[in-house]
Amino acid sequence: MAHDDTRIGAGFADPVFQSQGAFRALLAALSEPGLARDLGHAVDAPPGLAQATAVALLTLADYETPIWLPAALRDGPAGAWLRFHCAAALVDDPARAAFAVIDGAAPEPQLASFNAGDDQFPDRSTTVLVQCAGLDGGETVTLAGPGIPGRRTIAPAGLRAGFWAEVAGNAALYPLGVDLLLIHGAEVLGLPRSTQILETR
Amino acid sequence: MTLHQSITEDTKPAYNYAYLDEQTKRMIRRALLKAVAVPGYQVPFGSREMPLARGWGTGGIQVTAAIIGPDDTLKVIDQGADDTTNAVSIRRFFERTADARTTEATEEATIIQTRHRIPEAPLKAGQIMVYQVPQPEPLRKLEPHEAETRKMHAWAEYGLMQVKLYENIARFGEVTTTYDYPVMVNGRYVMAPSPIPKFDNPKMQMSPALQLFGAGREKRIYAVPPHTSVRSLDFEDHPFRIQSWNEPCALCAAADSYLDEVVIDDQGARMFVCSDSHHCETRRAEGHRGAMLADASALHLVEDEAKP
Repeated sequence: MAHDDTRIGAGFADPVFQSQGAFRALLAALSEPGLARDLGHAVDAPPGLAQATAVALLTLADYETPIWLPAALRDGPAGAWLRFHCAAALVDDPARAAFAVIDGAAPEPQLASFNAGDDQFPDRSTTVLVQCAGLDGGETVTLAGPGIPGRRTIAPAGLRAGFWAEVAGNAALYPLGVDLLLIHGAEVLGLPRSTQILETR
Repeated sequence: MTLHQSITEDTKPAYNYAYLDEQTKRMIRRALLKAVAVPGYQVPFGSREMPLARGWGTGGIQVTAAIIGPDDTLKVIDQGADDTTNAVSIRRFFERTADARTTEATEEATIIQTRHRIPEAPLKAGQIMVYQVPQPEPLRKLEPHEAETRKMHAWAEYGLMQVKLYENIARFGEVTTTYDYPVMVNGRYVMAPSPIPKFDNPKMQMSPALQLFGAGREKRIYAVPPHTSVRSLDFEDHPFRIQSWNEPCALCAAADSYLDEVVIDDQGARMFVCSDSHHCETRRAEGHRGAMLADASALHLVEDEAKP
């Protein structure tokens, strides 16, 4: 179905159970970094948002959580969809965002431009949803840290040059730093700040 | 459902699923995700009034309410037992508000809410432990001001805790803390493991289960993801040790479980029994017999399944 700017697609049909199921997948994704989880196809995602992005934001965002979107999405149907369903404020300043959606291939914004929390409240950092071209087929990245027995490798595709150096720089800020959710289609892969990037090739 | 439905006996009260409203669940869920991302760090959250008093597990209940779904099987234990007041009432709370499937079997549960014990049966990947926490701040007895303890965590200033443990050793020859024994999580945050006996601390180290902690009165949530380092604080010349007993469980003869001391008459006689009631029952059903099982069975205090 063709989208037009005036039509806002449906959110959860059954908010209580669909958000519960999506939350458990997100909890599993962040507690076992590097393992892809399926968030399902519960919503009619607007253009520019992947299924998993739309489901995750519908599950977690509300009037307490400002969202940062790339300008093209913010001013389009995706912005309208999030305003309507989540009642979330859409902010211009990445450092003010509780959640942010970025295109993994775009050169801007850098992960460092989001809120990394402060030393007394590291929980106030931004959670960045990185939409990428695939969760496999890219360069192989070796991970270690909490949630990973030994080591784990992932190979997300379609990420900008230097992305993994940014992620390693973010992990070096621990316990500060942003938490990442790599997203493709309905799948999500968690990369919290506690995950170390051991090797990229 | 019709609009003209009459109110009958089995009409459920109009609570939202799992009691909490959806906005509260979202707030708790966001706190849980940040807690998982920074293991051992206490995330402040907007703890709600619950239909039981603070100190009765409201933190754990709110965490369970935010995560539970129709696919879950819930086990609730209090001091290791499934049949004590707190455990029974919390289990019933989720049966009523969330139609929760409940169990006493550790291996069948997907969510285990606990007060003061970790089950003896090894936890598995995919299980979630939810701890009820009275005092989430391990440094609180050393420094009463939240503004100060927050700085101590921010700068990993844990010298005071080491001094406390050292003074213990200097005065008594060993660390006398036997429960809520402080741990270092992922090499960064000192964390209160909740008032579990120090016997249970080694079970947290690299556990395959996700561990979530809720403190309702103190309004804090924290977490330990699976496969995370959880080290009990100690010194090279005074390594951390767990409790041990001179005799096995009087009912099931387990020599490797945490035992409660039970006074059984007014002459000072006592027995030691497993605090994990399901573990003890499982062992008895397997035919393990402790020294006092026959007596306890004769008094109808426990069932002796080996008896004809």
